[in-house]
Amino acid sequence: MHMADALISPAVGGIMWTASAGLLAYSSQRLKSSLDDSRVPLMGVLAAFVFAAQMINFSIPGTGSSGHLGGGLILAVLLGPHAAFLSIASVLAVQALFFADGGLLALGCNIFNLGFFPCFLAYPLIFKPLAGQTPDKAKLMAASVIAAVVGLQLGAFGVVMETVASGISDLPFSSFVLLMQPIHLAIGLVEGVVTAMLLVFLHKARPELFGAIQPGAQVRSLRPVIIGLALAALVCGGSFSWFAASDPDGLEWAMGKVSGKEELEAPEHGIHATLSALQKRFAFLPDYNFKEPEAAGREAAPAEAGLEGKQAESWPNVSAGTSLAGVLGGFMTLCLAGIVALLLRRRAPDKA
Amino acid sequence: MGIDNALHDIRCLDDLAAQDTPLHRLDARAKVLATLFFLVSMLSLGRYEVSRLLPFAAFPLLMAVQGGVPLGLLLRRAALALPFVLFVGIFNPLLDRSVHLTLGTVAVSGGMLSFASIILRSLLAVTTGLVLVAVTGFDQICRALGLLGMPTALLVQLQFLYRYLFVLADEAVRMLHARAQRCAPGTRPSLREYRSLLGSLLLRTLDRAGRIHQAMLCRGFNGQMPELRAGTPFGPAEWRFCLLWGLFLVAVRILDLPMYLGGKAGGLMPGVLP
Repeated sequence: MHMADALISPAVGGIMWTASAGLLAYSSQRLKSSLDDSRVPLMGVLAAFVFAAQMINFSIPGTGSSGHLGGGLILAVLLGPHAAFLSIASVLAVQALFFADGGLLALGCNIFNLGFFPCFLAYPLIFKPLAGQTPDKAKLMAASVIAAVVGLQLGAFGVVMETVASGISDLPFSSFVLLMQPIHLAIGLVEGVVTAMLLVFLHKARPELFGAIQPGAQVRSLRPVIIGLALAALVCGGSFSWFAASDPDGLEWAMGKVSGKEELEAPEHGIHATLSALQKRFAFLPDYNFKEPEAAGREAAPAEAGLEGKQAESWPNVSAGTSLAGVLGGFMTLCLAGIVALLLRRRAPDKA
Repeated sequence: MGIDNALHDIRCLDDLAAQDTPLHRLDARAKVLATLFFLVSMLSLGRYEVSRLLPFAAFPLLMAVQGGVPLGLLLRRAALALPFVLFVGIFNPLLDRSVHLTLGTVAVSGGMLSFASIILRSLLAVTTGLVLVAVTGFDQICRALGLLGMPTALLVQLQFLYRYLFVLADEAVRMLHARAQRCAPGTRPSLREYRSLLGSLLLRTLDRAGRIHQAMLCRGFNGQMPELRAGTPFGPAEWRFCLLWGLFLVAVRILDLPMYLGGKAGGLMPGVLP
């Protein structure tokens, strides 16, 4: 499902654009260094194929509803993650421009939700190990269904986080998650089955495609490490920040002891004041929680009052805002690091 | 959406982009930058703002009028984009019931305000995006993005996709027509039919990619698409366009124009407004 411009704040849109732009730059760089240019038309034509395939619906047996191919995973399998990421981004850009699916500011979110997760997480970490070097029908089926489901679940979770972090919609985190994840479980199953069918078909018709599909994939072996670290950061940010939230952290606690106040008062003028004003303006999760905790509390609608109450009482203090801050914080740090690395890398060949 | 309709929609916008108006002749970079600035300044307004969003409508409206884009088309497309936004926004009036303002005897809750705000945002963002495409054209937008620093690989990819989208969609339409002539009318393909449909389409796609590559090599492809149109410079007209819209957008972002006008109107009719 496409994130829409109307539901995001510029801060969230900007962060996600930064992340997606960084990934796009990285993927382009990788492609340029490993490109045999027969893949250029292949990428373009396959993206067009996905575009057309998304509009052919089939009836899902027994339900009366219909489904179609999403295409992220099959592109990743046929093209490799980097080329697939660019292809998906291009499809999303055309959809955003011509059909107003999503929007221009939300395009960064959409590229991330629908491109990053299937290409850089689901494909290398789930599909590839499960399918193995010599895939057969059963392996392909299992690998694509699981990878598609995981990719779409993460993507749907991304939509939820971006919406909640933007604070334009009042929909509370818990009920939005409960709405989105099951829907995307169904979508993911359909996507996985269709992808698997196509792969099995292709495996029969063009077995040579599966042999030497990815030139340059073994150039650097750092990628699994980086992705593993990113996943670990996500998990840590998501789960451990529940434990960290309610007490002031060590430094704040110590400062509170020393000065009697929880946070040091900063000089009112000069560069510090300007910077902190800037930071206040841009920080949408000040003090690792949402700007309006009382609004978040109010969002606990009567429907979820029971659930929310239980969560609030239980320890650790499970708060959507805090875990979101953890996840986003970890993620932003990664992005920043990635951008710095990219800048440095781009500069290096100039000097040489 | 059927493929026929989708293709028709794209061609519609393409035809509009092929017009020749002063706005169409502007360098694409100016229009892309102004649109981005519009989106950021409009979407950064607070969640309860409704009236302050209204002056922003001047941007898509004026551009559409200047560029000869029919408003009916814009509104129809904008309506098509609403369902997801409505699905997420519809909960606001139910969840946020604090009263924010009263109009006579009618109390307006915060949720209703933010819901209205979401719908307005969606309409404004969608129409602006479509107007940008209709007065600029996809190839020019890509060129502008390339000049603004988009990686070449992505630029070539976008141009390729756009070139072959029509070819492959036509191929798919032909396959669907062939199927429709052999099946009961109005039925969707079953999963098995779908597999062979998409599978053959995929095989044809791969074959086509190989043929295209051969053809491109014969014509001396060097990794970049050649420019067909002469490039336009970022001249005085572009600076004027950016400056004027920039000033306008900053003004409506900072000043509360509707409130000011409302206050003036209230002053003319004492007793109506507090």
